[in-house]
This record gives sequence, structure tokens and C-alpha cells, in this order.
Amino acid sequence: MTQPRNNSMQSELQVHDLSLYYGDKQALANINLTIATQRVTAFIGPSGCGKSTLLRCFNRMNDLIDDVAITGTITFGEIDIHDQRVDVADLRRRIGMVFQRPNPFPKSIYENVAYGLRIQGETSKSLLDERIEWALRSAALWDEVKDRLKDSALGLSGGQQQRLVIARAVAIKPTVLLLDEPASALDPISTLKIEELIHQLKDEYTIVIVTHNMQQAARVSDYTAFLYLGELVEFADTDSIFRNPKEKQTEDYITGRYG
Amino acid sequence: MNAAAVGISITAVVGVLGLIAYQGFSHFWPSDVQLIKFNDAQGQAHEVYAELVELDHISVQQFLESSGNAKWVKPDTQVLERWLLKTGNRRINPPDFRWMFLNQISSMAPQPNLLALERVEWGNAYGIPVGVTVNGIDTVLTEPAQLGALLIQRVSRAAVIRTDIDALESGSMNHISYRLERLRLQQRALQLSGDSNPQRSSEIEEEVADLREQYAHRNTELRNLYKLLDQDQLTLSTASGELFELKVADILHAWQPNDMSAWQKSAHYLGAIGRFLTKPPREANTEGGIFPAIFGTVLMVMLMSLFVTPFGVIAAVYLREYAKQGAFVRFIRIAVNNLAGVPSIVYGVFGLGFFVYFLGGNIDRLFFPESLPAPTFGTPGLMWASLTLALLTVPVVIVSTEEGLTRIPRSLREGSLALGATKAETLFKVILPMASPSILTGVILAVARAAGEVAPLMLVGVVKLAPTLPIDTNFPYLHLERKFMHLGFHIYDVGFQSPNVEAARPLVYATALLLIIIIVVLNLTAITLRGRLERRYRGVES
Repeated sequence: MTQPRNNSMQSELQVHDLSLYYGDKQALANINLTIATQRVTAFIGPSGCGKSTLLRCFNRMNDLIDDVAITGTITFGEIDIHDQRVDVADLRRRIGMVFQRPNPFPKSIYENVAYGLRIQGETSKSLLDERIEWALRSAALWDEVKDRLKDSALGLSGGQQQRLVIARAVAIKPTVLLLDEPASALDPISTLKIEELIHQLKDEYTIVIVTHNMQQAARVSDYTAFLYLGELVEFADTDSIFRNPKEKQTEDYITGRYG
Repeated sequence: MNAAAVGISITAVVGVLGLIAYQGFSHFWPSDVQLIKFNDAQGQAHEVYAELVELDHISVQQFLESSGNAKWVKPDTQVLERWLLKTGNRRINPPDFRWMFLNQISSMAPQPNLLALERVEWGNAYGIPVGVTVNGIDTVLTEPAQLGALLIQRVSRAAVIRTDIDALESGSMNHISYRLERLRLQQRALQLSGDSNPQRSSEIEEEVADLREQYAHRNTELRNLYKLLDQDQLTLSTASGELFELKVADILHAWQPNDMSAWQKSAHYLGAIGRFLTKPPREANTEGGIFPAIFGTVLMVMLMSLFVTPFGVIAAVYLREYAKQGAFVRFIRIAVNNLAGVPSIVYGVFGLGFFVYFLGGNIDRLFFPESLPAPTFGTPGLMWASLTLALLTVPVVIVSTEEGLTRIPRSLREGSLALGATKAETLFKVILPMASPSILTGVILAVARAAGEVAPLMLVGVVKLAPTLPIDTNFPYLHLERKFMHLGFHIYDVGFQSPNVEAARPLVYATALLLIIIIVVLNLTAITLRGRLERRYRGVES
């Protein structure tokens, strides 16, 4: 296993010896990797390899599932996110997440984006207006919805809904954005828009993206991790992974020999 | 096949409702009063004024077996027809309903100038007016038509005075006696507490004296009004020529059914229905209206919804969202489902034992010791009835709320949690609003069941006749400890406990129809609300 040459990079998240079990079944085994600040890191691998599970470790979404046991540490800045003193809600505010299928709330477009802010107790109308416009612009959705902010978010197309939930995640200004196959349920044009969006967002956010689309990983990411059967096979900058993989398994997967 | 089944069901429902509506509401129509000439069993001729109520058939065999007069049976007939007649005048010529065979009747024609009177007591009276006394002086008028018009005018004057009396009695006098009772209880509480407080005690006495004086003053006023009411009299002649006198004060309404146009009859009809809906019952519930029962039913159902909704929702949220799924939760679910199958009278017994005697008794000991041994909450009442029915219907709300919670996609919960919401925030801002249509479905079912329930209520708060409504102008306005009337129980009481079956029968139909209408209205309200909520969340549950 290799580590990327990231001496010059600041690290946002450090995973050390992470193993995860669903009951008796081991889903992740001894993962070690570092997520670089304000870069895009992609997790690739065949279905069931644990890439989404790993992603969900970063904001402790796996807490919601019964029977999950985790060993090892994930450090976010200075803190161990599994520490008992960590406020999970606060952690999730700082590490936002976008899911595979768009999941807007059955509320208006405006209220969807305002949700996270209202949770934090924000009531000032002008501040909310301002932040919502900013978030929708960040998600490249503002021009399409600015005239119908009061309409139900469920009336938007799938691609628009996915950008809306990105805007919703961005609105509370997290430092990390976790994207779990954000384009897998979308058509090619919407996919392209999401990818463009990722390019823009990485100037301000650390982005971790799970994808099973290798071209997409190659297009959007700076670093790529290849997981297979719960193990991290190879982790390097994207160019090296795709042009010059060190492991045979990686090469086989990238060239489409299996997976 | 399905269409046929649906068709049959709809026809059956419409038919039943139509029958109930016809039977109930034809009673209020001021039908003509006939002068009926008939022969009795001995062959003697008689005359009587009567309203025709219904035509019935009876087989000749049955007629003869019950020792009927064989002379009335024409040869070659198998069936005899008989009229149910409402003859009124119960006081001087009982009974006020009687059967008469068609063959007995020699002639039948509407009698002009006939007066029909609805009286405070003794039911209706029918007769021809022969004299009216106004303010103690006999009028010189002798024409029945003029006398009738004068009487109707005097009756409406009496109605105005009666309204004043009512306002005085149930208004300020009632208020004064309520305050006197409160002061008496305060006085007693002072005695019970042991430490003498002469200052407070004398204050109370002063206030009592003051209120007594006010009461005496009002009482004089009241007596004057009654005197005013008592001055008019009417002399009426029956069909057999018998004269009898009655006080105008005892007459609630007077009309001349045989001289009324269709419009006047319609106006009278609507007025009678209006009185039925807005007035309290009289005469052991066989006359008057059913307003207290409507009021009690609606109020009780509303209170029950207020109790059952939070209970059911909290229980469902705990079972679905917070409890660790396992044997314990499964056991609770089974218990909840079984609770829905317990016969309602058992809830009544439980309510009486637990709510009324245990909770109510202890509340009385702790908070109302001054009125003991007369119980305050330790007796059946509105609060305990609502709670008992809430207990009866809580399984429905739990089950449908749980169903609603299960249907909310996991992705929405995760979406909310991923934005830094806590579990409780997610529950209140996303999950419960989305589950609200299901919660309302549960409440609708609960309301439908509770509004029609009678058996447990008989044990925990419903009475045949409640002297006061549970809401009035005396502080604290809503009196949860009071007993109340209920449409379901009213149907039972009027239909089966009534001293005058024929008089009560149409009221049973009318009350039943009203109960159905109230349940439908309550349901429609909730269904509309649910529809609105569903439209808002449409398309999410895919």
C-alpha cells in the first residue's frame, strides 16, 4: 500500500487503523488514509467494497445503525470524532453530507436551504435571505429557482433536487463535504453540472466523493483511493492511480477486467 | 360483482338515512287536525280532534283473537286498517295517542279555526277557543278566528316574558347562587384549616350578606315577571263540547294548523326544527329539544381528541423511534392491539373504578376537602368520560401513527441528521409534520368510535338530564367535573325509558339522524384537514 506524496498538503481528516463490523461481518479492515484540505478525494471500488461505509464514518452516520462496532480512530483537526465529548450534531454541522438519491424535505425550496440554519437558531430574515441566495448560487441553482423559492422542493427535477440538497449542505458552511455517489441517479447533463459544481466548491471545501464511475473520479478528484472487499488497496493522487497503478488489483479494476 | 356490492351498500345507507330523516323530521310538520266522528265498541257515537300519525295494518285473525269487535269486520276481508291518532289533551282526556280502526270511523274532516297548543306540561292540546282573558279581563270577542289570533299574540307576549325570566334565572340569579356556594366553601375551608382568620371570615360574611340582598332583589323582580305572565287565560272547547281553561303562561306555542298556508306551515316547520336543535328537553325528554345532548357530545369528543392525540402520538413515537426493538416492544404492541378489542363496557367499569373513585376521590381529598362529603371530581363527569374514551381509542391512534412513521423514508431522517439536527429536532421538524396525515387518520377513527359510544359513558358521566351545560359564564367557565348529556344515551333514554312511547318515537329518529350528522361533520372536518396535509407532502413517500 502506498501513501500519496502529500507532505506539502494540510490534512483535514486522518484515518488511523479503522475497522468496522456489522455484527460479526467485517466491512472495513485497517484503513489508514489522510484527506487533504480543500482537495477532492474520490473513493472508488466495486459495489459492496465499503466505500460508502467509510464515507459515513466521517460524520458518524453509522451511529444510526444498530450492531455497528468501530475500532481505530478518525481525527478531524485536533479531535478524535469518536470521543465521548464530541457533540455529534455539531460534528455533522462541520462535515456536511449529500446522499446518493436527492432527499429534499417536503417543504419549500427556501425552507429546505434554511433548515440547517434554523436548527442552529438563526431567525434573522435578512441574514437567512442572504445566506440562502449565496448557497443556491454556490450550488449553481439560483437562476433556476429564484422566482419560485416558496414552491415545494418536490416539484424540482432530479438534477435540481440534487443541487438543492448540495445548497442545503453548503448553507451551514461546513468545512468538509461528503458526497455519496451524488450523480448516480442523474442524467448525463445533470451529472455534468454536478461535476462542474464540485470543481468550483473545492476552492472552499474539502470534498470526499464516493463514485463507481471511474471517469468521474478521474475528472473531478485530486486523490483517489481504491477499496476492495473492505480493504484500502491503493491510495494516491489521481493521475498516478489512473496512469500508473502500483497494485495489480487496481489496474485490473481500472481497465475494467472486473468489478 | 363489485359494482353490485357497492350499489347495494350505497342504497342501503341512503335508504336507512332517508327512513330516519323522514320518520324524524315529519314529526315537526304542523299537519291538519281532523275532527273525527267514530263509534266505540258499544256502538255509541263520539267526536274527537286528532292528528293522523300513521296508517297500520292488522290481520283479522289477530284482531279477533285480541277480543276485537266482530261487527267491525266486513265479510271477506283478511286485513283491517287502523290509524294511529294523536288526540292530545292528555290531562282531561287521556291517553294522547290511540289506535282507531278505519271501520269505526264514520267521518273525518279538518276542523277550521282549531287551535293547536304546545304546552309546558301535558303535551299538545287541541280545541276551539271560546274565550280569552287578557290581563284579568274577559274579551268581548266570541268569533273563534279572532280569539285564535288574539291568543297567538298573547302567547308571543308570554314568550318574551319567559325569555326575560330565563335570562334572570339562568343569568344573574344563577351567577349569584354560584358565588354564594363558592363563599360557603371558602368559609368551610377556613374552618377546616383550623387557624382562625376572623378578618377573612367576616369579609366572607359581609359578601354573603351583600349577595343575599342582591338575590332577594332579583327574586322580587322574578316574582313580578311571573305575575305578569300569569294574567292571561284561555278557555278551549274539545270536540265533545267539554270546556277547559288553561293559563297562557303554560302555552309555549299556538298555531291554527287547518288555516295555515303552505308557507306558514313551512315557517312553523323550520321554527320547530330550530327549537328542537337549540332548546333543552322537557317532560322526561319526550318534548322540547336536544341542545344539551348535542353540546355534550361535541364537547366530550373534542376533549377526548385533546387527550388521545398527544397520548397516542407520544406512545407511537416512543415505540417506533426511541425504544430498542425487541421482545419488550413486541409485547407492548400486542398489548396495544388487544386493548383495541376490549369490550367498551369494561372501559366504563375501569374508568369508574380508576378515574372516578381512585383519581377523583384523591383529587377531592387533596384539593376540595371543603365540599366533602359531596364529591367534586370523585363522581362521574365530563373529564372522566373524556379520559375513559381516550383510553378506549388510544390504540387506534397509536397504530395509525406508527404506520405513518414507518412510511417516512430513511433518507429524509438521514438528510436532517446530516445537517446537524438532533434526533428530537428531526422528529419535530421533519418526521411529525410528515406523519401528520396518518396521525389525523387515527384521530378520525378515534372520533368516529368515541362519538357513537354509549355503554362506558353511562358509568362515567352521562346522565338523562343535566341541569347545566359544562360551559357557562361562571369562572372557570369550563366545568370538567359536571355531568353531561350525550346524543347516544339520549336515544336510548328517549326510546326505551320514556313514559310516553308514541310521543318519543319521532324524537328518537330525529336524534339518531343528528348523531349521524354530527359524526359525519366531525369526520369531514378531519378528512379535509388530512387532505390538505397530504397534498402538501404528496410525492415524498415513493
